[in-house]
Amino acid sequence: MPLALLLPVLLGGARDPILVTEVSQHEVDLQQGFTGTELLLFGAILTPEGARAAQDYDIVVTLKGPTQSVILREKQKMAGIWINAASIELRSAPSYYAIASTRPIADIVDDKTAAIYELGLKWLQLSPIGAIDPEEQARFAAGLVARNEANGLYREEEGGVKVNEQVLYQARIGLPSSVPIGTYTAETFAISKGRVVASASSTVEVRKQGMERAIAHFSDDYGLLYGLLAVAVSVAMGWLAGRLFARD
Amino acid sequence: MDVYLPIANLSVNGLVIVGLGMITGMLSGIFGVGGGFLTTPLMIFYGIPPTVAAASAASQVTGASVSGVFAQSRRGGVDYQMGSVMVAGGIIGIGIGALLFNLLQRLGQIDTVISILYVVLLGSIGGLMARESIQTLRAERTGIPMPPRKRRHHPMVANLPMRWRFYRSGLYISPLAPLILGIFTGILTMLMGIGGGFILVPAMLYILGMSANVVVGTSLYQILFVTMATTMMHALTTHAIDIVLASLLLVGSVTGAQLGTQLAQRSSPVILRLVLAAIVLLVAGRMALGLGWRPDEIYTVAPL
Repeated sequence: MPLALLLPVLLGGARDPILVTEVSQHEVDLQQGFTGTELLLFGAILTPEGARAAQDYDIVVTLKGPTQSVILREKQKMAGIWINAASIELRSAPSYYAIASTRPIADIVDDKTAAIYELGLKWLQLSPIGAIDPEEQARFAAGLVARNEANGLYREEEGGVKVNEQVLYQARIGLPSSVPIGTYTAETFAISKGRVVASASSTVEVRKQGMERAIAHFSDDYGLLYGLLAVAVSVAMGWLAGRLFARD
Repeated sequence: MDVYLPIANLSVNGLVIVGLGMITGMLSGIFGVGGGFLTTPLMIFYGIPPTVAAASAASQVTGASVSGVFAQSRRGGVDYQMGSVMVAGGIIGIGIGALLFNLLQRLGQIDTVISILYVVLLGSIGGLMARESIQTLRAERTGIPMPPRKRRHHPMVANLPMRWRFYRSGLYISPLAPLILGIFTGILTMLMGIGGGFILVPAMLYILGMSANVVVGTSLYQILFVTMATTMMHALTTHAIDIVLASLLLVGSVTGAQLGTQLAQRSSPVILRLVLAAIVLLVAGRMALGLGWRPDEIYTVAPL
């Protein structure tokens, strides 16, 4: 009997809180004037009963760009000069990854949960190809993360999620101008007592637009014409400048 | 002025790029070199992907050399016969360069090779130029004239078979010599994004032994056609020419080239050569630092 009474209490945590999520823009257009932008990931969290709930939950938001197969090379000093000496191949390196949370991830979930949900740069699932010594893999992964953090393509902001009035949360996530094109996934997790109790995801399309899109297509699909155009532009400008200045 | 570069996939300050083009354009106006040796590394330091930088720099060199070729040809400073042999060599060199580029890229050693080439070539040529101009300066100060340099070609050139007469250059040598020189600079153009003027001019003077009044014009003529061919090669193989980037560079470099020409007429050639030597050595030194001391990035990523 006491057990039966306890049961609803235990299960109560498993009942999903209400998580409403939104992204400020679902399309990011790369074109003249684009110097990077900021996405606002926001929403509300309520208990299953509809009460304000934010003090009970931690919110974590992630934004992930398309994954690519890449070769990651490491420079080492050999015979006095730095050359690419070691490399690993990764099947699923995200081209962009940002995470923001209400508190440091380590305080919210244990390592296992963080790894399962890929919460944090430490837990990116890079899927190396072939058998690789775990220590070496960790070194390479740290190198990739450091490189992309420096480029602004990987971001981790503990405390980046702000909560208002115990119900509304928001996080600003920056995209640099070098943001790769593709379909991005924005995910929001509500976490309570170390467990993910609710999540929601939506997509953001990053694409080239207008003239920039036309130029990229022209270069890729009509290489010969594009090359002729580049040559014509350079010859014409050189010739024109010669004529203009010669008249002075 | 922010400009988004559609092929390089990033946004840059357009005025910085125009300024960069202007500096290299001035160099080409003053010294008759294309300035690619400066543009490409500076763009890479600025954050533009190396392949895009090298590909787009080639068209900038084309623009900077056009008006020079016209001006030189009006005063009879181009040996078309010699120039055409070198252009033929250059086109072969571009083909070889493209294959090498591809191979080195797959091996992951392209950046190291480019850096080493920069350090070795710029270091040695900058050093030679600096030594020569300092000697000339000293000779001017002390009043003791320098021993006149004998104009003759390298003995290896004299040994090549099948001689042609190159009237304007005042030479009776095998066309294989300029052809090989052309191939060599063609490879460098493709790999380093440079016109190769700073290698061609001394090589034409001291290895081929061409008469000085056609050296600059003929080298510009060769550079003009070889950089055009490089642009085409990049357009067809690497697809890495950013026409927005190239246009910005061109605006700067074609005006810079004209300013440089005017500046050159008012300054002492020895001082100018010393300045060029200093710039060349500076670029070489910066590259050497990245190779020997600590590179900018330990880890690099390439698509599989």
